[in-house]
Amino acid sequence: MTGKQPFEKLVSQHGPAVLRVCRAVLGPVDADDAWSETFLSALQAYPKLPADANVEAWLVTIAHRKAIDVIRRAGRAAVPVADVSDAAARHAMATGATNSPDGRDLDLPRSLDRLPERQRFAVAYHYLAGLPYAEVAAIIGGTAEAARRAASDGIANLRKVHGTVR
Amino acid sequence: MTTQDPDQNLADLHLTDLLGPPPAEDVMAALHAKLTAQAEAAGLLDVAYRTLDTPVGTLLLAATPAGLVRVAYEREGVDTVLERLASKVSPRILRAPRRLDGAARQLEEYFGGHRQRFDLPLDLALASGFRRSVLSYLPAIGYGHTASYQSVAAAVHNPRAVRAVGTACATNPLPLVIPCHRVIRADGQLGAYLGGPEIKHQLLDLEASA
Repeated sequence: MTGKQPFEKLVSQHGPAVLRVCRAVLGPVDADDAWSETFLSALQAYPKLPADANVEAWLVTIAHRKAIDVIRRAGRAAVPVADVSDAAARHAMATGATNSPDGRDLDLPRSLDRLPERQRFAVAYHYLAGLPYAEVAAIIGGTAEAARRAASDGIANLRKVHGTVR
Repeated sequence: MTTQDPDQNLADLHLTDLLGPPPAEDVMAALHAKLTAQAEAAGLLDVAYRTLDTPVGTLLLAATPAGLVRVAYEREGVDTVLERLASKVSPRILRAPRRLDGAARQLEEYFGGHRQRFDLPLDLALASGFRRSVLSYLPAIGYGHTASYQSVAAAVHNPRAVRAVGTACATNPLPLVIPCHRVIRADGQLGAYLGGPEIKHQLLDLEASA
């Protein structure tokens, strides 16, 4: 097949994973709208997407931008790369605090919301969307190695919270 | 690598517990319906399609904003037909039944013996040149009647183009609605049909008995 897939195929093949990513990054309340905005934007841009593009990475890139928009609209600040430290993560885990500076409840029922944003992005894009770290890095910035570390730290932090579950 | 491999971590970690379960089917269906409505409203739904169960199998119906652009039999393959639409018309294709409501209703009436001609906006984007002029002529062959390939060639002012008429019928993007099944061989045999010869027989029987 050299031609482009019908857009419907993208929705059926990648829709569930992109929704999981939106939920992981934003929580269930904002996830549906972010998903809708992502696929509507993608539909608009689709005819110009190169036929050999990595469609899943492209969709996650759009979803990431929509997520950032939602986060900014809600007055939450994205955690800058340099601020993501183990200490900050541990503090968040210990206090159960979210990253929201205004203390808004992000409606994330799971431990994922306690991760620093960058770790949350890295975990979602690598483990839920299945993107290689080079693609994750292209989306969240930094090097592939830094993305790998962020995902690794995120998983390690999640394990700490879930230690009691297991 | 000095840090722990996260994949190793994952081995004893339940992804679903940590990251939430995969979305339920009804959730995806609701999002899909919302997407098609938004796409239609934004003028981004270049091709809408649905399937329709009929006595001649499951048909694929597709329409552009201009009109019905494709009716396809099962044997043509849904994926193949959609991929062709993606490359020939637009890849902005979504399963969106509403645009096909009229076509579906009229086809059901036809199979029920209650409709003799279709009254639908048609988009002949998938046919061009001589084939298009053949297709434009075919509705003149009335319900329950047949015409030979030769007579159709003569009717479109190209009496030697008998084979080309056959090709136009074989590649008709809108079978049933554009009645290529009414074109048969001069010796009275039914000849080929893009839905298969049995279906051609079935359709002519239906029209003869209604």
